[in-house]
Amino acid sequence: MNNTITIALSKGRIFKETLPLLAAAGITPKDDPEKSRKLILDTNHDDVKLVIIRATDVPTYVQYGAADLGVAGKDVLMEHGGDGLYELVDLEIAKCKLMTAGLNDFQPGEGRLRVATKFVNVTRRYFAEQGKQVEVIKLYGSMELGPIVGLSDLIVDVVDTGNTLKANGLKPIDHIADISSRLVVNKASLKMKHDRIQTMIEAMRNAVGNQ
Amino acid sequence: MAVNNRWLLPQGIEEALPKDAAKLEALRRKLLDIYDSWGYQLVMPPFIEYLESLLTGTGHDLNLQTFQLVDQLTGRSLGLRADMTPQVARIDAHQLKTDAPNRLCYMGTVLHTRSDGFGGSRSPMQMGAELYGHAGVESDVEILCLMMETFNQAGVENVFLDIGHVGIFRSLTDQAQLDEDQEAALFEMLQRKAIPEIKQFLDAADIPDEMRKMLSALPELHGDERCLEKAQQVFSNANDSVKQALAYLQDTVNKLKQRVSDVNVHFDLAELRGYHYHTGIVFGAYVPGQGQEIARGGRYDDIGHVFGNARPATGFSTDLKTLISLSVKQSEKPGTSAIFAPCNDDGALAKMIADLRAQGERVIEELPGQHGDAKTMACNRKLVNNNGQWSIEDL
Repeated sequence: MNNTITIALSKGRIFKETLPLLAAAGITPKDDPEKSRKLILDTNHDDVKLVIIRATDVPTYVQYGAADLGVAGKDVLMEHGGDGLYELVDLEIAKCKLMTAGLNDFQPGEGRLRVATKFVNVTRRYFAEQGKQVEVIKLYGSMELGPIVGLSDLIVDVVDTGNTLKANGLKPIDHIADISSRLVVNKASLKMKHDRIQTMIEAMRNAVGNQ
Repeated sequence: MAVNNRWLLPQGIEEALPKDAAKLEALRRKLLDIYDSWGYQLVMPPFIEYLESLLTGTGHDLNLQTFQLVDQLTGRSLGLRADMTPQVARIDAHQLKTDAPNRLCYMGTVLHTRSDGFGGSRSPMQMGAELYGHAGVESDVEILCLMMETFNQAGVENVFLDIGHVGIFRSLTDQAQLDEDQEAALFEMLQRKAIPEIKQFLDAADIPDEMRKMLSALPELHGDERCLEKAQQVFSNANDSVKQALAYLQDTVNKLKQRVSDVNVHFDLAELRGYHYHTGIVFGAYVPGQGQEIARGGRYDDIGHVFGNARPATGFSTDLKTLISLSVKQSEKPGTSAIFAPCNDDGALAKMIADLRAQGERVIEELPGQHGDAKTMACNRKLVNNNGQWSIEDL
């Protein structure tokens, strides 16, 4: 295990958009996670493995060295706090925006706002910076429902096209941050497997530049 | 708490069962003997003391990590130590006032309000050594050698040393005339090597191009000794203190390699652990398979200032529990060597038991009506009476 380089990825968009970048570093997986039930995928290199995990778990795996590298959205990293990780490269994939949103007729009134989100830390920090105290309601998905059923006044979520918001009668309000995926690296791995990891990083960074 | 949960310990607070406790104690004794043979005197700082002295100087970063309570005698705030280094610095500066070098070591449980390591321990057993009274490569090398010897004795193999120097970042930010907020922001981004953000930040900052180039190179300057050569080129127009820091690093590693032959050294000029109190080289130790550092240290001159005697200082500390978990060595004293003594009022038996114990044997006495025999009590021999003579028989 010690000489293996493990890369943590999440299924779906991030996996798909990372593939060409990995290919630029000479790495191609042998299985497709959408078709295989395997959690660890072999690659064309015996000593490079991919682990397929939930997006929000990527920083944890990399922080504790369960994976050497990983691809994680800036939204996930902002929520995690980024401790113990290096965020070396902006891969410029899976781009979207982190925004607040509310019902089309939302008017900020008096008193504390209730905000439903899965990004609890980011939300608290953002509103505190705005000088506003809010009640944060932690949800795990379908945030758009919050304002509709009266659970919350606002939501904080990533917005890509904005179609989901529109379909549910919501409008984007404030822009919190631009999101794209980052290549994250475990601190100890970068030091101990320096040359191999550095080569991969350079290859992926060049591939980003060429896209 | 439900009745059947009374056995539950707080999160991150663990106890050592006999097997682990034996290993921990054996290693503790061995390391303290080693430190003693290097001339490091053991000190035992208190478990609790006034918060303000715990948090001065070295302790600045420790506020959130320290359990705090109020002294009912005085109304002052007390802290349970989260790091013994400031305590030992206080002992050197205030209690042992001297101008000669002073070597101190320590070992004890510290408490953290939040776990900062994998496995989530909030009660590490901190062990370390500090050398006061000398500013220079030689004392840093001595501390590094002692740290490597600690790993060697603990049976921790394949250690990677990661070395940096906080003076480089500090001089560069001075030269670029960054204000306090800018420096803090850049420091935070450097800790994450968030290269895209650093670039954005530097592009927006009002600093000369030259400085922008040097600061943006910083997160990329890591690797083997070639990284120092590269740094010399990149920082050719930097302040002298940057060049001195680079030379200091090179000198330290050269001298270290003369004394410890097979050491893996990695440089990282943007690694700023303990930036707020370190003043010179900083280092951490890593082993494969462990995603976080297993020991750390560095130079922190002037720390005794608040305690009345500013002295150059350098040192390292590690966690005994981590060392045990990484050790490839088997415990030296297996728990199965013991003699079972039957329950008997014979004075000759009592004498024999005392003699055996004095020779270093482990003798376990049977209690009347007890459950289990010699085997259950993990004994491999027993005392038997043959015609009034007590002798040892194998089981």
